[in-house]
Amino acid sequence: MRNRIAQHVQKLQPSGIRRFFDLAANMEGVISLGVGEPDFVTSWGVREACIASLHNGHTSYTANAGLLELRKEISRYLVEQFEVEYRPETDVIVTVGASQALDLSIRAIVDPGDEVIVIEPCFVSYAPLIELVGGTAVKVGANEEKGFSLDFDVLESSITERTKAILLCFPNNPTGTMLSKDELIQVSRLVEKHDLLVLSDEIYAELSFDEKFTSFATLPGMKERTILISGFSKGFAMTGWRLGFVAGPTDIIEAMLKIHQYAMMCASTMAQYGAIEALKNGRQDIEVMKKSYRRRRNYFVASLNEIGLHCHNPGGAFYAFPSVKETGLSSQEFAERLLLEEKVAVVPGNVFGESGEGYVRCSYASSLEQLQEAIKRMERFVKQFR
Amino acid sequence: MQLTEKELDLLQIIEENGRMKIDVLSKMVELTEAETENMLQNLEEQRIIVEYGAVIDWRKVDNFEGVTAMIDVKVTPKREVGFDEIAKNIYRFPEVKSVYLMSGAYDLSVVIEGKSLSQVANFVSEKLSTLDSVISTTTHFILKKYKHDGTIFDQGEDDRRIVVSP
Repeated sequence: MRNRIAQHVQKLQPSGIRRFFDLAANMEGVISLGVGEPDFVTSWGVREACIASLHNGHTSYTANAGLLELRKEISRYLVEQFEVEYRPETDVIVTVGASQALDLSIRAIVDPGDEVIVIEPCFVSYAPLIELVGGTAVKVGANEEKGFSLDFDVLESSITERTKAILLCFPNNPTGTMLSKDELIQVSRLVEKHDLLVLSDEIYAELSFDEKFTSFATLPGMKERTILISGFSKGFAMTGWRLGFVAGPTDIIEAMLKIHQYAMMCASTMAQYGAIEALKNGRQDIEVMKKSYRRRRNYFVASLNEIGLHCHNPGGAFYAFPSVKETGLSSQEFAERLLLEEKVAVVPGNVFGESGEGYVRCSYASSLEQLQEAIKRMERFVKQFR
Repeated sequence: MQLTEKELDLLQIIEENGRMKIDVLSKMVELTEAETENMLQNLEEQRIIVEYGAVIDWRKVDNFEGVTAMIDVKVTPKREVGFDEIAKNIYRFPEVKSVYLMSGAYDLSVVIEGKSLSQVANFVSEKLSTLDSVISTTTHFILKKYKHDGTIFDQGEDDRRIVVSP
């Protein structure tokens, strides 16, 4: 049979991270700063609650939107932590990671031909998910000069008749950049003026180090226009549990639930029981982890600058995004040679979008000993280009 | 005494790793090396930082002989000095590693280290029990240490994360 693979899938580019993974996975003695997840294992209390749920035989499906008890806890958490209120019965869906929440949101609002603005560099899934539903991802480069925050003139000039939504993710993967409340308010004015929706990927919200995180939905008039996407992976160190959630205006959540019930049915039941415990009793663990990330950020970013890899101070997440331009190498060349010559794995910035060219992403969610060794190796590597 | 945010940060870091190098430490708390040195010195002078030590798993050392016992001690407190005087009389013995005043069924919790069971037994029967205010003692020998002062003795789990992920 010819054309076994659908054309729109054929057109989809494989993630640039994949090639790098293959290269690094087969080497011995690699220090990996390429990992996009916490180095903490999920808190024991959460793991224990999940085990207990299995002991108690909680192995059947849950409601499509997830256990009501969990949705209530999510709702309480959003009020207490981010000061935004959603009704657990109608405005919240428990999803398979924030990734599925993102996919559902896009599928629910994007018609073929619609445009969604994504701010690059950004998480690798955004544009492909938009393209999979026939939408156009309009890529707007973040402002390199200002630590990868937003350039509002460029942002506004990229809005057209077909623009349906803006996808925001701050603290950002890969830059670690956070937007101030003032900057978010400026975005909200554009959203209002051009009658847009906002997909707010707030997965790194808990890991905001210097400023209090502002959830986009808390801005005046924005709750009706915001789809809040988050999950347990980063803040609660629960990546492998694949559990996230989405909260938003009732009509959009209802539309998303239609897709979710046919495509997914519900998120994993045992993971949902773990998440209830995480929200009830695991929030002080986040503080401990956050402190630890913050200290490592301080050490790592100061050290990068010291060895001549200029790096802005990232306000959140666990990524540093230093410039490698002074070496004269491209992102790919830098990452590949650093891996082969010094066995340190970082991710080339261009896999997160064109505007990431000239940078590499280093995750500092590794032990301090590993970070120190990585800095030593990177310093040796960088010296040859002086 | 009220400490600043940075001082608290510093204390928490060196409580976990007392051998952290000053250049790393100063970066972590966003101070210069000189400022960090100063701060440490201050905290040492005020005996907030009392000592720098190591956590050692002696079970791995074949030619190490030693046992640890925790002893619940009931005492009669004395007028005016309460428990403090008897505690002092106990903690002055070099065999005594720690002494805590406790709430509950007994008064003082005393940790003793000795070379052997009989040495600890001798200490309890000859030195501790014979002290004036001591009414009774209950001795518990420690069979195995799993976790001590927040440190788990078994090797931590390996990093199971895949090497590169988005």
